[in-house]
Amino acid sequence: MTVKEIAKELNLKFYTCEDVAHRKEAHGCYIGDLLSFAMSKVEMNNVWITIQTNLNIVAVATLSEAACIIITDGCVPDKLTIDKANEQEMIILGGEISAYEAAVKLAQLGI
Amino acid sequence: MAETMKLHYTVDGDDFTRAGETSSKVKKTLNQLGFAPGVVKKVAIAMYEGEINMVIHANGGTIDVDISPEEIVIIMQDVGPGIPDIEKAMQEGFSTADHSVRELGFGAGMGLPNMKRYSDEMTIDTEVGKGTCVKLVVKAKE
Repeated sequence: MTVKEIAKELNLKFYTCEDVAHRKEAHGCYIGDLLSFAMSKVEMNNVWITIQTNLNIVAVATLSEAACIIITDGCVPDKLTIDKANEQEMIILGGEISAYEAAVKLAQLGI
Repeated sequence: MAETMKLHYTVDGDDFTRAGETSSKVKKTLNQLGFAPGVVKKVAIAMYEGEINMVIHANGGTIDVDISPEEIVIIMQDVGPGIPDIEKAMQEGFSTADHSVRELGFGAGMGLPNMKRYSDEMTIDTEVGKGTCVKLVVKAKE
């Protein structure tokens, strides 16, 4: 499933890189807010769910080759994060959804 | 690639906006050179943790990377406060990072443990008040 389809199914907003989401396939998911754990646990093309919004999430997601970041619980990435993500072509999605709800829906979608 | 490729980088202290850039560059280079994805990931994680440590604790430093067909050697040198108790610092969950750093998602106490886990050899040379040099070796064969 593409990130574009995930965004639609979970009713998420694109903060960055909507234009590449239709060709970005996602498989698997990791949930966590501690960057060292995410760095070692996020697998290539995973969806990474977090409430962290600072720009270091972009470095972690990029180095881990995540498909996208989903920021939950209404947390909003700051401008530095958005700029960095656009520069690195990392898709950031977000919404009011909780990490649990997002994970359940992703599982239902077969991610 | 018959010879060793030598790369040198400077890491700015207290600049979280650029943390991870060196790891990204090295990762890109290793991918271009055709190293196995697992090897590249090990280097990327170990280096990123080192870079972050330098930013959080040591006011920056330098990173030298020697790439040969057999192994990738990473030497991270700083002139920070040094590590008073290496054994303690190696324990998962132990961190001296302050609250502001923890709020950013760092300070989980996984920096040095991750560097050890994702490298094949790690040596730490540190002196309190002088600085720390961490040498990591990642073998090119998985």
